[in-house]
Amino acid sequence: MRGLAPILTVVAVIIALWYAAAVMMNRTWVYDQAARAGETVSFAQMVPLTMVQERPVLPAPHQVVAELAKATVFTAPTSKKSLVYHGWITLSATLLGFVIGTGLGIALAVGIVHNRAMDLSVMPWAIASQMVPIIALAPMLAVVMNQLGLSGLATKAVISAYLSFFPVVVGMVKGLRSPDRMQLDLLTTYGATRGQTFWKLRLPASMPYFFASMKVAVAASLVGAIVAELNQPAGIGARLLQGSYYGQTLQIWAALILAAVLAAVLIAVFGGVERATLKRMGMAR
Amino acid sequence: MMTLILLLAVWLGLWAVNARLARGRSRAARGAVPLIFGVTLLALWELAVRLYDIPGAILPPPSAILVRFGTDAGLLAQDFAQTGLRGAFLGWLIGCGAAVVTAIAIDRSPFLQKGLLPVGSFIAALPIVGTAPIMVMWFGFDWQSKAAVVVVMVFFPVLVNMVAGLKASEPMQRDLMATWSASYWQTLWKLRLPAAMPFLFNGLKIATTLALIGAIVAEFFGSPTVGMGFRINASIGQLALDMIWAEIAVAALAGSAFYGAVALIEKRVTFWHPSQRT
Repeated sequence: MRGLAPILTVVAVIIALWYAAAVMMNRTWVYDQAARAGETVSFAQMVPLTMVQERPVLPAPHQVVAELAKATVFTAPTSKKSLVYHGWITLSATLLGFVIGTGLGIALAVGIVHNRAMDLSVMPWAIASQMVPIIALAPMLAVVMNQLGLSGLATKAVISAYLSFFPVVVGMVKGLRSPDRMQLDLLTTYGATRGQTFWKLRLPASMPYFFASMKVAVAASLVGAIVAELNQPAGIGARLLQGSYYGQTLQIWAALILAAVLAAVLIAVFGGVERATLKRMGMAR
Repeated sequence: MMTLILLLAVWLGLWAVNARLARGRSRAARGAVPLIFGVTLLALWELAVRLYDIPGAILPPPSAILVRFGTDAGLLAQDFAQTGLRGAFLGWLIGCGAAVVTAIAIDRSPFLQKGLLPVGSFIAALPIVGTAPIMVMWFGFDWQSKAAVVVVMVFFPVLVNMVAGLKASEPMQRDLMATWSASYWQTLWKLRLPAAMPFLFNGLKIATTLALIGAIVAEFFGSPTVGMGFRINASIGQLALDMIWAEIAVAALAGSAFYGAVALIEKRVTFWHPSQRT
């Protein structure tokens, strides 16, 4: 519990700063309205007026929470206005892309660890591949995929997979190489085959690295899905773009917070699985 | 069928060369392996596009992209100056600078550190690109809003690394500084900042890749009629895919060069660190 106090303090300070910033940034509108109506507003009158605007420059936290509640709890999940609907679309693409990316990443890592030619040729290009801002490719990929008759889900999944495979490759290569010389030698003296070494030593030893990279990969996967949605009809990314077109700041912030919550939940889920698995394997730190 | 066999033959042939080279011990051979792999990929791409008559609107061949690179070099340079230099690089400088200063400022308060670190690493994992529409709304269409997105994106990864770095000096070393009656600032300047450098550069390198992505994506939410993100978006409408690929090549080259430059500076600054000694 003692670790919680500083975190809560920092969060409280952030929220307080947020309120202060909301007053600062929204007051121009209030003063303009008053000037147009020929009235003068005092400071005490101005402050509450900055927090009830429909299109504030910066909405106050409680406005965002109210909008979020309205769009998730009080709207039917089937409606196009429901954030549950958009969130689910994003989440499904994220998870599909994540599964593909992780599978690909593990396969590449296994190849890299076992084949020297692959180690030398693939690794530098895997690093270079992350220099390509694939996110910038998203709109083009959507057009191409459409021509090929593939759905929007496939586009998003491809981009999510591209972003999530890299952390998995790096983490798994490190993990599969983490058994030291002694342990490998021991298995050799037992006459273990390469397959047996892999299943009984390398794979179990790589688990802590595996989970660490999973948490990075799932966050990257979510970013990929959101950006890929920018030119699609539905999803969190679509809500962000529509909101920015029509100046609906509340909608943007609600979508942003939803994205943050999704990321937090995904990371927390993997953290939980990690703790449970490592505990069972006797590797918990 | 014949075409497939041809493609497979090219692949297997070059792969066999690579497998042979990889067994060698010389440095030149090992340096050649990734190059040959890259050439293999490009050759397969070019061959596949030509043999299967894939339309340029789906996948242009590398040669067409190279031609586009030559003919539109001026345009590409303008876009790069707008997005790469003004948006990404300035944002990166401001964001990293702010993060380092913040890290030093909260260094004296363990309470703030305990609070800021979990929050910071949490925020670092969030999809911060999503703040792009808000930044465009606040700072306008020009590069200022792109730089602002980059600042927010790079701030937390660098902050988390820098705070960890400032803790990296050993108690023994700090005690030694104390016995020499070094002031807080002397200890900071002569011991703890140098000790923090490997961590700082780790964060800076992560930030370089984030910076370009942030600047390009932010342009999708509104931009003047110049910039890499703008050009990509505009070229989709014209199905000018070779232009998009040319922009992507610029981004990849610039990103690699930027990363390489930071890595080079790291090598000069942290020459004493075990990972840099060869």
